[in-house]
Amino acid sequence: MARIIVVTSGKGGVGKTTTSAAIAMGLAKAGYKTAVIDFDVGLRNLDLILGCERRVVYDFINVINGEASLSQALIRDKNCNLLYILPASQTRDKDALTFEGVGKVLDELSKEFQYIVCDSPAGIEKGANLALYFADDAFVVTNPEISSVRDSDRMLGILSSKSRRAERNEEPIKEYLLLTRYDAQRVKSGEMLGLDDVQEILSLELLGIIPESRSVLSASNAGVPVILDEKSEAGQAYSDVVARYLGEKRPHRFIDGKQSFLKRLFGGRS
Amino acid sequence: MSNNTPVLEFKSSTFFAPILILFNNDMIAIEESLQEKINLAPEFFKDSPLIIDLRELNKHQQDFDFAQIAQIVRKVGFFPVGIRGGNEQQNMQARALSIPVDPGRDQANSATQGEPQKQDIAQQPTAQPEPTVANEAAQAVAASPPAAATTLINQPIRSGQRIYATGDLIILSQVSAGAEIMAEGNIHVYNTLRGRALAGVHGNTAARIFCFDLQAELISIAGDYKTSEDLNKQTYDGPVQIYLQDHALIIKKIA
Ligand SMILES: Nc1ncnc2c1ncn2[C@@H]1O[C@H](COP(=O)(O)OP(=O)(O)O)[C@@H](O)[C@H]1O
Ligand SMILES: [Mg+2]
Repeated sequence: MARIIVVTSGKGGVGKTTTSAAIAMGLAKAGYKTAVIDFDVGLRNLDLILGCERRVVYDFINVINGEASLSQALIRDKNCNLLYILPASQTRDKDALTFEGVGKVLDELSKEFQYIVCDSPAGIEKGANLALYFADDAFVVTNPEISSVRDSDRMLGILSSKSRRAERNEEPIKEYLLLTRYDAQRVKSGEMLGLDDVQEILSLELLGIIPESRSVLSASNAGVPVILDEKSEAGQAYSDVVARYLGEKRPHRFIDGKQSFLKRLFGGRS
Repeated sequence: MSNNTPVLEFKSSTFFAPILILFNNDMIAIEESLQEKINLAPEFFKDSPLIIDLRELNKHQQDFDFAQIAQIVRKVGFFPVGIRGGNEQQNMQARALSIPVDPGRDQANSATQGEPQKQDIAQQPTAQPEPTVANEAAQAVAASPPAAATTLINQPIRSGQRIYATGDLIILSQVSAGAEIMAEGNIHVYNTLRGRALAGVHGNTAARIFCFDLQAELISIAGDYKTSEDLNKQTYDGPVQIYLQDHALIIKKIA
């Protein structure tokens, strides 16, 4: 049985797709057979970030509609043979994504894969709800600014009430915070919220802080997930995230020295 | 077809719907006051099902056109799904509008409304130093049905979520900005309250709100409210309680 991870946020442009590609690659590199699915119908770009856009023949919706089999639609990553991408359709109508259809595809993937990463579209509409519905774990991607934090909080409400686990009264989705595009300089100058400000509102288990880094853009231009760029801070931060998710204890980095309030964090506000 | 997977299934369940109790047949006043209540919690009431209770009204033999009230509640955004305490003519009108009629097995309640029960008063959390409040508590108890069970929630209430409790509401986690919690009884939040909290929503003026850290967007007891604009004028370091005194919300630190 696969573990299903949704990468979600509410707000757009915060780094969901960047994160989905990075952690899917990280999990595959760690030896787990991993599939990453683009739920952003009409705005697909996961395939671009993974550099497989020219190999897309069939997509997620083709599979749902029975026009292609999963094995026809899955694209094997060029850098890691345990990673597979199920691209979104650029042309189809969003309504083609249905609960039954998505459920069936995830069931089938679950038989073969160990992790399934769902890259959620922005918003709180059907696409985002579908991406999270079947999840076991949620990576809540948040930027250190108030609107993003608010939207994440909203998403957390949906995660705890409108998921399959919630509907079946099962153990709730495990929620993790990923603070991305974190610019320590701008936090210091008060232009951006700090980690403790964000945690004050969200109170989530922190999986990692991804610094704002130019290497993200060059990685996506090159079609190679930034996690493979071992020299970049963002890449290292994503490696930490995957390691922590898999149970390893690693100290948080890239917050800029101030370790004192981390203690408070680990002490855990309820 | 020879497959035997079932086409449907009946499940027994309960379904939440607020009850609108009408005291008077002034349609204009009803619409105004409904709209006022809705403005307090627009998200909560939006598209909400509603049961219309005519018992009080009929006790005073007021003339009443059920079709008209159905039209008003629809207009302000409710879906009437039931009527209770109606007379024969009102029930007929309801059925004609495809609104089910509740046979009203708890009709007996109204008979016991005269005398407040001592025991109930004792259970009210109001303390002695405020005799006027205690008095109001007695009246509120007299007018309300037997106390409903307490609702306990231990996960965070996030933005966009709303909770409605028919009795007291106890929340152990934070209540985010953009969340809305409502109770017919008291509200306790053993954490930070950033959203909207409405206690005594059916008019229980003795209801109170208790919270560890008050940063609410709005607090209300029995319809009297304060918004964050009023609340921000003062900061309360630590737990507070909020209660109603002569239609004014009093916020007091719990030492
Ligand atoms: N850590 C980061 N540093 C710098 N730029 C980033 C970072 N994370 C994401 N970006 C950039 O932000 C933009 C939006 O990222 P994306 O992952 O597509 O967000 P989403 O999927 O949430 O809409 C992209 O241009 C991406 O390159
Ligand atoms: Mg995206």
